[in-house]
Amino acid sequence: MAEEIGEKVRTAAEGVARTSYGKLIAFLAALTGNVAAAEDALSEAFAAALTDWPVKGVPDTPEAWLMTVARRRIIDGARQRRTAAEASDHLRLIAEEIESSVSTEHEIPDNRLALMFACAHPAIDSALHAPLILQTILGFDAATIASAFLVAPSTMGQRLVRAKSKMKDAGIPFRVPDASELRERLDAVLAAIYAAFAEGWSDPVGTEARRRNLAAEGIWLGRLVVSLLPEEPEALGLLALMLHAEARRGARRDDDGNYVPLAEQDTERWDALLISEAETLLLRASRLGKIGRYQLEAAVQSAHVVRRRTGSADWAAIEKLYDALFDLTHSPVVALNRSIAIAEVEGAEAGLAALDALAAEPRLVQYQPYWAARAGLLARAGRADAAHTAYARAIGLETDPAVRRFLQQRQAVLRH
Amino acid sequence: MNYMLLIYGNEANMLSASKETVTQTLAAYSAYTEALKQAGVLVGGNRLRPTSSASSVRVGNGKTQVLDGPYAETKEQLAGYYMINVPDLDNALSWAARCPGAERGTIEVRPLWEM
Repeated sequence: MAEEIGEKVRTAAEGVARTSYGKLIAFLAALTGNVAAAEDALSEAFAAALTDWPVKGVPDTPEAWLMTVARRRIIDGARQRRTAAEASDHLRLIAEEIESSVSTEHEIPDNRLALMFACAHPAIDSALHAPLILQTILGFDAATIASAFLVAPSTMGQRLVRAKSKMKDAGIPFRVPDASELRERLDAVLAAIYAAFAEGWSDPVGTEARRRNLAAEGIWLGRLVVSLLPEEPEALGLLALMLHAEARRGARRDDDGNYVPLAEQDTERWDALLISEAETLLLRASRLGKIGRYQLEAAVQSAHVVRRRTGSADWAAIEKLYDALFDLTHSPVVALNRSIAIAEVEGAEAGLAALDALAAEPRLVQYQPYWAARAGLLARAGRADAAHTAYARAIGLETDPAVRRFLQQRQAVLRH
Repeated sequence: MNYMLLIYGNEANMLSASKETVTQTLAAYSAYTEALKQAGVLVGGNRLRPTSSASSVRVGNGKTQVLDGPYAETKEQLAGYYMINVPDLDNALSWAARCPGAERGTIEVRPLWEM
């Protein structure tokens, strides 16, 4: 019986944590300007819930219960730090604001978007934007974030602590920026979400639960931003892009765990439901009439998906989309992908000519896909020796054993 | 919150600038100062004389040591400062971006300890 109650309480607490953690942190942080204090207070509130609820039962409004306890902790903490005279005004203000928001209605205002903008503030090192969002909105601990971003846990912990101190000391505001700067600032939020998603997606086999989780969390955050800013085309574009990528997760390996390149993936193994959701989102974005990086990248995915119906991707469209993306980003990786599209439309030699133009780009010299693309086109052009050398470069730069094996097989076929 | 806007720039370039440039720069600064006043955010601010006029003081073992010159020899020097009172960092950053010194130099934005 006691065990049963314990289980029920844990489930209830986990449920609130899942749906309300970020909301509670965002509300407390916006009020106090102090993310770290909000986190400490809420974690104490959760600990209190685990001892209190089994005895007294799960409250009708667990969110409000947690908020009340967290508030008490914040006020106690602030009282210890400040002298009584100056503290009282400030504290009464905080107490009143929490009180009114909790008692007038059970719904706690959703400040998560404001918190995300604070985490992705230009005054915070951009490498920390995604980790901060994962920690404050989703409650990930530093060790989990560190393992996903391949950083030592203590290092990540220190960086997060420092970033949160800076948010407080420098007076970074917790609010959604004005229309005049919303687009630019939103880019940073979207980039952070995409970084979290990409970390998760880069684990193709899905054996690392933590990283696979990150892709799902990236999509969850993408959905959250879309629900809070439904008229922002780039937010819609990013979500469409992530869903397209997620739809192909299972097709990236065959039953034996071998790497399958996009062009050879079995379209039956793509998730049709996710694809159709992505297409709907992209259509919605395009109607808003403001093109951007994520919409273009999602559109490239759409053009690949056409293969489900026609048997081949719409390479002419892909080439045009990469042209537009390159004008926007000037990224050498985009230029590389454009070369591959050119090869599909105009032939291997044209693709190679486009690749040659990129040969001096320092960021590509050590980039495996550049050498793999080059090797593939050289092979198609009948230049087996040069292709062999290029495959060797690609194999030497690859970290994923399955991809390495795939490249070695392609290299071996050249001999025959 | 109170923020210090520390204006760093290449002093040599400023000292060797043409008369028109100097006049123009000073006019831009006075317009900027006026804008800060009009907005009601200006707490204080001044232009510093060149680092050639600087002396640095250090006390070690009870002995006062005076060095001729600035604290550190750098490519860009502290040329002046404003202290402003605004609600948050975004406000402080947008005022820093309007400072004429941001065009060729750098404005460091530092919050003050609230005493």
